[in-house]
Amino acid sequence: MKYSIRLTIAHYYDLPAANSRHLIRVLPRTLLGRQKLTTHLLEVFPEPESKAEGVDFFGNTTHSCAHRDQHKEMSIRLSCHVEMDAPSLWQDLSPSIQRLRSDHDTLTDLGPTSPLHFLGPSPRLPPNSAIRDFAKDLYQPEASAVETVIRIGKALHETMTFDATATTVDTDAADAFRLQRGVCQDFTHIMILALQSLGIPSGYVSGYLRTLPPPGSVKLEGADAMHAWVRAWCGPLQGWIEYDPTNATLVGTDHVVAGYGRDYSDVAPVRGHLRSSGGQSNTQAVDVAIAG
Amino acid sequence: MQSPQPFTSGQIGHELLASYCAQGAMLNDEMVLPDGTVKPVWASFFDHLSRLSPDELGKRFLRGDQYLRDAGVLYRQYDETLSTEREWPLSHIPVIIGEDEWQVISDGLIERADLLEYILQDFYSDNTLVASGQLPAKLLSRNPAWLRPMVGVSKQGGHLLNTLSFEIGRGPDGKWWVISDLIEAPSSVGFAVENRIAMSRVFPNFFAGANIHRLAGYFQEFQQTLMNMRGRSSGEVALLSPGPMNQNYPEHSYLARYLGLLLVEGEDLIVQDGKAMVRTVGGLKPIALLWNRLPSTMFDPLELDSSSMLGAAGLVEAIRTGTLRTVNMVGAGVLETRALMAFIPKIARARLGRGLALPNIATWWCGQDSQRDHVITNIERMMVGDAFSTAPLMADPRTRDFSEISDVSYPQHLANKIKTSGHNLVGQEAVTLSTTPAWDDGKMVARPMCIRISMVRTEDGWAVMPGGYARISAGDDAKALAMQRGGKVADVWVTSPRQVKTPSLLSVSPTAIPHSLPHALLPSRAADNLFWLGRYVERSEQNMRLFRAYFARICDGVDHSDVIPTFIRDQLMAGVEPKASAIAARFGEPLELALQAASRISDRFSPDGMMALRGLVQDAKMLDRQHVQLEDTPVQISRLLRQVTGFAGLVHENMYRSDGWRFLSIGTSLERAANMCDLLAACLLTEPSSGALDLALEVGDSVVSHRTRFQIAANARSVTDLLALDPSNPRAVRYHITRTKEHIAKLPTQQEDHHMSHVARQVLLLETQLATSEPEAISSKGLNRLKQDIWSISDTLNKYHLA
Repeated sequence: MKYSIRLTIAHYYDLPAANSRHLIRVLPRTLLGRQKLTTHLLEVFPEPESKAEGVDFFGNTTHSCAHRDQHKEMSIRLSCHVEMDAPSLWQDLSPSIQRLRSDHDTLTDLGPTSPLHFLGPSPRLPPNSAIRDFAKDLYQPEASAVETVIRIGKALHETMTFDATATTVDTDAADAFRLQRGVCQDFTHIMILALQSLGIPSGYVSGYLRTLPPPGSVKLEGADAMHAWVRAWCGPLQGWIEYDPTNATLVGTDHVVAGYGRDYSDVAPVRGHLRSSGGQSNTQAVDVAIAG
Repeated sequence: MQSPQPFTSGQIGHELLASYCAQGAMLNDEMVLPDGTVKPVWASFFDHLSRLSPDELGKRFLRGDQYLRDAGVLYRQYDETLSTEREWPLSHIPVIIGEDEWQVISDGLIERADLLEYILQDFYSDNTLVASGQLPAKLLSRNPAWLRPMVGVSKQGGHLLNTLSFEIGRGPDGKWWVISDLIEAPSSVGFAVENRIAMSRVFPNFFAGANIHRLAGYFQEFQQTLMNMRGRSSGEVALLSPGPMNQNYPEHSYLARYLGLLLVEGEDLIVQDGKAMVRTVGGLKPIALLWNRLPSTMFDPLELDSSSMLGAAGLVEAIRTGTLRTVNMVGAGVLETRALMAFIPKIARARLGRGLALPNIATWWCGQDSQRDHVITNIERMMVGDAFSTAPLMADPRTRDFSEISDVSYPQHLANKIKTSGHNLVGQEAVTLSTTPAWDDGKMVARPMCIRISMVRTEDGWAVMPGGYARISAGDDAKALAMQRGGKVADVWVTSPRQVKTPSLLSVSPTAIPHSLPHALLPSRAADNLFWLGRYVERSEQNMRLFRAYFARICDGVDHSDVIPTFIRDQLMAGVEPKASAIAARFGEPLELALQAASRISDRFSPDGMMALRGLVQDAKMLDRQHVQLEDTPVQISRLLRQVTGFAGLVHENMYRSDGWRFLSIGTSLERAANMCDLLAACLLTEPSSGALDLALEVGDSVVSHRTRFQIAANARSVTDLLALDPSNPRAVRYHITRTKEHIAKLPTQQEDHHMSHVARQVLLLETQLATSEPEAISSKGLNRLKQDIWSISDTLNKYHLA
């Protein structure tokens, strides 16, 4: 199956901005046996004075661009094709949480996929006792890691209400949890904290969600903008699994991965720095369609 | 050497020594051996000291303090909102160490520095130390000082550590221990030179004859190292500071001036096409080498801590593209992680086959069972602190010393905490320090001390500063942690039995940083501050003159509600209340602002200028507070006015004719010209009989000039001529427009061709207009327009040179 993805991010400045610099992480990744980026075009308007492509610590593609002259808006447009492999069958090979915890004391690899990076705390996610208690209540010592991930994801989905107006990109996970409302970023942050509190390494995935569901299915939340979900490490045999707490589902071919990180700050689609004395408003539009 | 006069000095010396030893100083002292005799390396100094009477000593200590004040060496202290400047806490007795022992210390620290380099290389490349089990993975994976974006960003084949310092202390067994590795933490060694000069004022006779290793050679090597690191690039070498709100700013500013580096802050920098550039009054100029004095996480808000207001976006990319080098790699601060000290002995043994010659204080990381148990069992002899803290031990208030806690339940509480979150905690042996003499309240007392030693990696290997900087505890508690409570700073003398080389930094080698004065780079931010310094001082002067004119009349019996006082308040002082304090605030506030602007650019402003300004601010405050007798006010204000004039004289007589000086002068001229327009416009509008014209002459300091030029009573024409159009009157508008024009013509321009810059054209038009005007044609309205034109010049100047 092949997706055609289009993304537009626009920033509007109340007063002209100058000397701006942005770091963009929007390009889908190529993941062996799962998804492959075949073609892509990334454009920035106005045309930046300088542009550079790079790869960050976690292997995500970055684009940096700089605008020196004054401008009142800046937009980023991506269009690309991604080929998805058919999902392979899998079974639960994960150990109990207890075993998993003693496993990670023996880990010594510090490469980008190492679970060691995902035990917390990370820049946006200091430990939180309310979320820890939430996870503790759901903890069953004999359950496998995969079962625990799914149990916590489902419980979180039931506790939280999807509400695009309750939070912003800067909302703390602890605040969203107290409100019991939020968007995919909040669901994901809370679930990461919950899993980490049990000793399950877990991280943040940013990406895209198929806009129109397959016939007979319901439309998923989060398809109108870039989406976020969780990945959790379930032992050396199982490796990483991905779970979307906003839609209470394990991740299959409806989800296209753009970035892996510890929390939002590692994979924010746009990180920017500019000189302007006024406010700013942003818009984002995403379309993920089946291409042939 | 002449033999000392045995009777007098021997007698005083004996008493001095006896009272010193009576405090129990002999146990572990730098000067005195356990048998109560003075160590040989201290003997000649002690002999010298014991010949000086207490009076004489007091005078000499003051001489040293005076030097530091004059040199502008201050200690800045911060609490929540405001910073206060305190006198530099010099302890007037040096710490003396023989060169043989110093050599042993140096060799040990060099060995340690090489090991730290090896560890750092590993942390940011293959992580073999973790893979081979020499270091627990969590010490990196959970460590906020390990900067993932820097992994794999190796400096083009170079070393990652270029300069570092150590804090060392001598334990009861006489051996030296490393207390802290200082990499990003401030070392304060910048002030070692000033301490040394101050000490040479305190003991001039002794200093000349003693064989004390000089410090200047070290700084020459430091400077040369920076030049070598810059290589063949034409880019600038700059020191990146967090700015004046940081307590180490005085040291940054001092080092930049001393080593001839450009002092920059994050907002001065911009990255273009992968190159780091500094915004200067002449446009963007490339930076080749940055000596980074920010915490590494703050270096780049795009790739590191996004909340950083201190760094500049894109700097990491500039490092990655290889166009920018830094002194010490960004991320080197991970070496300061407290828990790392628990593993350095093991790493050393694996690499060297033996322990380090200069080990760090014994440390146990509570994230491992055996180490944790050791800490819990020995809690009474431990300092316990944050495992991931990178603050030096002596500056980390969260570290607790358990031998000092009287609450008996506390160790149990802590033991529980260690069990539940051990990986966040570290135990360190509560070491005690050696003592050294200090002067306190007329007596020589023994005080605990530790020494900071700095080194730089030259092309021939590490060069260690021969001497420098000791910290002397305020009390007599020899526990290392007691140092946190502050204390004094002493000069460390490394002495030789032979003649020592005496280099001086004044004779820098010709290859050193070639600044092409007067167009040495002036960051736009610095220019902006100089411009405002000029404006604020001038604004303050204008308001002092108005204040004097006002109270001269009040003293003569004129009432606050009479015509001229009301006119001054309403028309010239924005309707201020008829109260002395409110009117005084009109000049007090701009003076404070001037001082703030000056302190932001203290690297470009002479210590004399700073002192004069500080004095001025203080005296102005006095006048405000003192409730000076009404009849004395004009006299007092005249004294202040003389001080302002003195300050202006200092600036204009002593300041190098650099672009910085030009911006300061332009600020002064534009402010004075605009204020004169205001004054004249208001005075021309009032009744000729009211005395407003005489007031204009008085405030414009032109009473005598008017008498000489016109020999008639002041009328609108004569006053306008003298105060607006006269090209020779330094109080006239035209005089200052001409001066501004001349300064602007000499500023660096961003365009190469013969076209005049927009601001040059603007000021020339204004000058021409003034030169061709007749005094009769100048109206009050015209003066207001003129003022608008003057501020429009300021705006353009801002846009072209200061933005």
